[in-house]
Amino acid sequence: MSAFDHDHSQDDPRLSRRKVLECMTWAGTGVLWSISGGVPHALGLIDSAQAAEPAGLTFLQISDSHVGFDKPANPNAIGTLEEAIGRIKAMPVKPSFMIHTGDISHLSKASEFDDADRIISQARLDVHYVPGEHDFIDEEVKLYRERYGRGTKGSGWYSFDASGVHFIGLVNVVDLKAGGLGNLGAEQLAWLEDDLRGRSKSTPIVVFAHIPLWTVYPTWGWGTEDGARALDYLKGFGSVTVLNGHIHQVMQKVEGNVTFHTARSTAFPQPAPGTAPSPGPMKVADDKLRGLLGIASIIFKPGDERLAIIDTPLQG
Amino acid sequence: MTSLALRNICIRVAISAVMASFMTAARCEDLAVMIDNFTFEPAQLTIKVGTTVTWKNRDDIPHTVVSAGKFRSKTLDTDDSYSFTFTSPGDYKYFCSLHPHMTGMIKVE
Repeated sequence: MSAFDHDHSQDDPRLSRRKVLECMTWAGTGVLWSISGGVPHALGLIDSAQAAEPAGLTFLQISDSHVGFDKPANPNAIGTLEEAIGRIKAMPVKPSFMIHTGDISHLSKASEFDDADRIISQARLDVHYVPGEHDFIDEEVKLYRERYGRGTKGSGWYSFDASGVHFIGLVNVVDLKAGGLGNLGAEQLAWLEDDLRGRSKSTPIVVFAHIPLWTVYPTWGWGTEDGARALDYLKGFGSVTVLNGHIHQVMQKVEGNVTFHTARSTAFPQPAPGTAPSPGPMKVADDKLRGLLGIASIIFKPGDERLAIIDTPLQG
Repeated sequence: MTSLALRNICIRVAISAVMASFMTAARCEDLAVMIDNFTFEPAQLTIKVGTTVTWKNRDDIPHTVVSAGKFRSKTLDTDDSYSFTFTSPGDYKYFCSLHPHMTGMIKVE
């Protein structure tokens, strides 16, 4: 999106009935601070949104596939990843690309990364990855970077542009400090500041990382120690969307120009903050599991400050 | 109570005293910290120099045991264990490098 487009949209509010209705639809899916509830049945919404206006950019987020996980909370994490990819293949309009917000594997085994690649590649989409802490636990800590690190800096951060949106993939699962939360570190923060320097404030920004960049629940480590510093660099940009995983449930909040959102896992659910003795995998009845796993679609339209985020459970 | 019965009780008390002291001695050599629900249990342990501590992960999620510059386990999957023998006194703070809110301490006297 160019600066000219942005100015034009400010001069011309275009508050058509259609637009108001659209905003209302999106308000239902995301603007409120909601905890895993009220998730709309997504495909219908995507259809109507796409029918209403020519699409700008649609991309997908999947997260926490934990290939290799086989414990009671979901003995078949490979199967549910396959189901998620099946849903993506069946979408009526092909998204531009996909992001994966980490914990691709459960134990960073080569066989787990192989299985993940074999399944995810069936979507036939470019995939932009960031690592989760489960992707850095092989003995030599090299498999993630060998497979996904090409063209990235440090432990795997990078940025790219698509349809006028600037995307920034960050790594906050390395060099964690005792008693602390997720961590970006000085080197990555300096890179981020540099990456944003001189960029037009009207450029929509999408930041994605594994652990939430905002403090969701520090008792369980759900937050990023120096996340606020990253957000400082994003002040002044008109549209900032932060997409995370790690907590295996949908959470969203809006703070000024910044929308924070976490995606479901494709492998197993985790409890809402403080509702269980630990954040470990949550065992639910077999017929409830697929309602708690899923993917997210993110739709950006030039002229709209807020991206529409639609969470789709595997079932329900 | 007959003198025979009294003697039996005395013998039992003596045997259990011996067993108790034997078990205490055994514990000095080998102590366990369980990892359950993303916590180290007990979170703090006081031991004698020469004691071996074994951590066992009983969660469905992998954990590690790391004391900066002192010891570092490999990643412990469910039911995996890691042992370390403490040969010098001091306070050994440690944590899980994957879930850093999990912390513990071994005091070696």
